[in-house]
Amino acid sequence: MLRTEILGVSLKNPVIAASGTYGYGREYESIIPLETLGGISVKGTTLLPRSGNKPPRIAETPSGMLNSVGLQNPGVDAFIENDLPFLIEKDIAVIANFSGNSPEEYAEMAGKLDIPGVDILEVNISCPNLREGGKSFGADPVTAAAVTRAVKKASSKPVMVKLTPNVTSIAEIAKAVEAAGADALSLINTLTAMRIDIKTKKPILGNNTGGLSGPAIFPIAVRMVYEASHAVKIPVCGMGGITSAEDAIEIMMAGAACVQIGAAIFRDAYAPKKIIDGMEKYCQENKLKNISEIVGAVKLNKKDNEW
Amino acid sequence: MEIFQKPCSIISHAKLNETVHDIWVYSPKIALSAKPGQFVNILVPGHFLRRPISICETLGETLRLVFEERGEGTKALGKLMPGDELDILGPLGENGFSTDKYSSAILVGGGIGTPPLKFCKNKLAKSATVLGFRTDKQVILAGEFFNVQVCTDDGSRGHHGNIGKPLEKFLKTGAYEVIMACGPKPMLKTVVNLAEKYNIPVEVSLEERMACGAGACLGCACKMKTVDRQSESNFGSIGSTAIVSYPRVCKDGPVFDGKAAVFC
Repeated sequence: MLRTEILGVSLKNPVIAASGTYGYGREYESIIPLETLGGISVKGTTLLPRSGNKPPRIAETPSGMLNSVGLQNPGVDAFIENDLPFLIEKDIAVIANFSGNSPEEYAEMAGKLDIPGVDILEVNISCPNLREGGKSFGADPVTAAAVTRAVKKASSKPVMVKLTPNVTSIAEIAKAVEAAGADALSLINTLTAMRIDIKTKKPILGNNTGGLSGPAIFPIAVRMVYEASHAVKIPVCGMGGITSAEDAIEIMMAGAACVQIGAAIFRDAYAPKKIIDGMEKYCQENKLKNISEIVGAVKLNKKDNEW
Repeated sequence: MEIFQKPCSIISHAKLNETVHDIWVYSPKIALSAKPGQFVNILVPGHFLRRPISICETLGETLRLVFEERGEGTKALGKLMPGDELDILGPLGENGFSTDKYSSAILVGGGIGTPPLKFCKNKLAKSATVLGFRTDKQVILAGEFFNVQVCTDDGSRGHHGNIGKPLEKFLKTGAYEVIMACGPKPMLKTVVNLAEKYNIPVEVSLEERMACGAGACLGCACKMKTVDRQSESNFGSIGSTAIVSYPRVCKDGPVFDGKAAVFC
């Protein structure tokens, strides 16, 4: 009922752990087995190890949180050597999330990740935490397309490009990335945001700004998934503040073929499991053969009628 | 390491002073496997992120949590009463205090850093304790330790001043194998400096803003600097290299070698 075919990969359900919220898959094993999920987008890797941003990296917000981890990771070679073997053993789609500083570096990363065990590449062109790298690529259709082309050329894997919401027109970026050869889109990444401690007059985050995630951004994600999925023909993976099966169904109705769950996991480690169970129940109650029947099912109100 | 996320009933709730709460919860899975230094991450109704709180001690299948109201979240936790349920994730932290390796220790606590040391005291054959607080009204748990020296910044109780002098007094006896400390960073720095002076191992419990608490998000990284002793002995000090790492407070800690910790 929940089996989802996307980019030639068969997922047992359309629920994927979002990059940066599930490590490399080991942390929550004793709470819910990794194989419960349809897929895992692993912690974003970079060509060289990164130590990340100085603390604090986390701030709570109304209905959400800010983070400025700064892509701390051991580097792509360490991921391939130490973490991929663990993931290969699991019956789960492995989505390798990565970012680079130039189209050439993205291409080098894509080449390194063109190996058995990696099912889909997820290209982070949107991480808003870095002073260099990701940010500029995703905010401009020309650079977003350049990165997409470089990655496509360097790898035989299906390529999913993860878009930033910090743009004026998500449809424009989505079209540019599709034209450059992307096989799918995933969105939304976090929204750039800031909190200030009014006692010290200093930003709470060591990096001053960070990315907002959690339920606070969910309606923005729904709108952007709707706009992007209606601008392109390639599938869209929806994310941004999903905490329940109802949220997942809503964003799928906006046009998402699958979903990623992120910050919700920090609040409730069982969230992915509850979402999967809730989707299955929804299918039964609505007599759906497959959850894919609701993808893009939103019925817009007509705008032409004056009242 | 196995972690659990369970709804747990509050058995009792007392206040140790204006802002510090002392609660016991029934949580067999967590209580039976918890070790000194570990913590739990607690869901707070109306707030998005869980609140990390150190485990003060366990008794059979129950868990004692002593925490201070610091913001809206901990204030909301402080309103829960016996019979209410707490959704608890834990036990967290793969590296706690080494109470299985040592049998004697000097425990040094500062303010709300005191509670986890009670768990150490329970496991050690012999301990001396130095506790520092701002003022007499904020002193907590002092009667629950052995051989205690309380210090207050304003001199309203015990030693007038920080923990330095009383700690040095215990160090001079040479009767303890290690220092175990939890408290604010300036206090930890003082403790580490004295540990270096007296050439004694020191374990410090660190704190950082956290999201997942389980090692998945890398929100709580801290900085460690260790000197590669191998190359030091082979090539003298010229050949020694400092290895810098950024472990997660939540999973790789929360207790670290104090001499490696970089207090930024």
